[in-house]
Amino acid sequence: MIYKAPERIAYTDGHGFCPGCGHGIAIRIIGEALQELEVEESTIAVVDVACCYLAFDNWQYDSIMAAHGRPVATAVGVKRVRKDNTVFAYLGDGAAYSIGIAETLHAAVRNENITVITVNNGVFGMTGGQMAPTTLDGQRTSSTPQGRDPAKVGHPIHVENIMGGLDIAYLARGALNSVANVRKAKSYVKKAFMKQRQGMGYSYVELLSPCPTNWGLEPVEALKHIDDEVLKVYPVGEFINREER
Amino acid sequence: MNEEILMKGNEALAEAAIRAGCNFYVGYPITPQNEILEYMCWRMEQAGGEFIQSESELAAVNILLGAAAAGARGMISSSGPGFSLFQEGISYLVAGDIPAVIVDVARYGSGIGEISQGQSDYKLVTCGNGHGDSQLIVLTPASVQETADLTALAFELAEKYRHPVIILSDAAIGQMMEPVVLPEETHVDIDRDEWTVKGCRSEDKPRLITNLFYYIDDYDSFLRSKYEAMRENEQRWESVCVEDAEVVIVAYGISSRISREAVREARAMGIRLGMIRLITAFPFPEKAFEQIGGCCKALVTVEMSAIGQLADDVRLAVKCSRPVYSVCTGIRVPESGEILDKVKSILCKQTEEARI
Repeated sequence: MIYKAPERIAYTDGHGFCPGCGHGIAIRIIGEALQELEVEESTIAVVDVACCYLAFDNWQYDSIMAAHGRPVATAVGVKRVRKDNTVFAYLGDGAAYSIGIAETLHAAVRNENITVITVNNGVFGMTGGQMAPTTLDGQRTSSTPQGRDPAKVGHPIHVENIMGGLDIAYLARGALNSVANVRKAKSYVKKAFMKQRQGMGYSYVELLSPCPTNWGLEPVEALKHIDDEVLKVYPVGEFINREER
Repeated sequence: MNEEILMKGNEALAEAAIRAGCNFYVGYPITPQNEILEYMCWRMEQAGGEFIQSESELAAVNILLGAAAAGARGMISSSGPGFSLFQEGISYLVAGDIPAVIVDVARYGSGIGEISQGQSDYKLVTCGNGHGDSQLIVLTPASVQETADLTALAFELAEKYRHPVIILSDAAIGQMMEPVVLPEETHVDIDRDEWTVKGCRSEDKPRLITNLFYYIDDYDSFLRSKYEAMRENEQRWESVCVEDAEVVIVAYGISSRISREAVREARAMGIRLGMIRLITAFPFPEKAFEQIGGCCKALVTVEMSAIGQLADDVRLAVKCSRPVYSVCTGIRVPESGEILDKVKSILCKQTEEARI
């Protein structure tokens, strides 16, 4: 059996991510899902700025770089014009839950028929690891050097609590820290794209991802940190899985 | 030839957009442009296009970017406070070389200002438009007919230059009813341009809509030459009795209609008053000022703002060869009488030059 990366992922120029970053895995499983669904020729990706934008060099799909926090809004514009295409937004937790939370939520309220994939690494990565809405209580970041203090800045945001009551097609969280979790995460991503192809509406997957650089951990330690700390706060699983409308 | 009908400025704008092939509209409520949103909510569906009432103007402009990048002929509209929120997306439209039409039905003042008529956004649309080196063609209609005509032109220019274009209307022009002949209906194919995202076959190179700066070796020259072409080709204005005028009014939109009346009254009194009416605020119609005669002693801007926002552009256009005064009436529509008083005091040298 020959096992190789999807042809629509180019690694010829390498990639721009830090050692041990989860983006590479996210890019790969999204590419595999789209290939298996045979929708690569119709796919249009809308990526956020910062770390997500580095995927621009890897995915060989028609793509748009949106403003920070606005990929979901921009993907909505694309999909409304090109209803037969598979359109997805790829953004980070800072984009999805901080600056772009209105765009993330209102596209869900309207149940726009797009797929949104949010990489949650608990920090603003590209800018040097500042606190994000997903930073764990007590977690040290470059803007919470003493650790996140819930008394001052509140607790991390849970997408399933915010979006769980909305009439959307799909909502799941996966983790990119072990073979078993990556396989499960890929099944969520694939299912999300299938919901879009079936015209079911908004499908959303959050992917817990390691950020060794900004966590101050070795790559292997960062994977363990997800098991030991992150998954206790952010459980994986499917929260909404509408089968029919 | 379409027949003449009676229409409100904002509704004529919306209908003209549809007829000009606009197939995507997204907006958020704000007075005094609500008629555009309310007209589009039923008319766009009837015309087979897409309508979205978005969660904010920030979302609207970023939704528009996606639609335009996917091949739609798209438009958004707002007024002052909402137009401020468009700034982010306008900058990205410029950076990505993406055509779109953006409407500002101006109202009065800073902050929430006032929903009634005003012309407080001249500097915003000519000098603002987000971070970076933004310059957008700005069309300034002064009647319902011109609103319809310039709306059709806006889409044409946006696609000619692959650049966003602004229509700067105001509450008075947007709310008034006048006879109008609407443009002929046209339809556009979303696949008409190669550069738009549409999905790519495995043997093709993917289309990337991003900051053009990343892909063009000499982006600065590219942008400069685009703006230079606009300056050369797109200056539009109307001259009224300018050649022999001792004082020349410069105005646009609602103020230019009162100014026209002032010119007529002045001429009846033997005062040689003229007017240059802007039809484009950018490119500023510098060529119009070549027609000013040696007898011109001064120029005066008539604007519904607290400060003479237009005055600096006029000073540059005449290379500071003559003093430039301003009649600034703020929230109040100017009266021809007060314009004439100002002109008389200028001719009697009883007035100070307006300083911003």
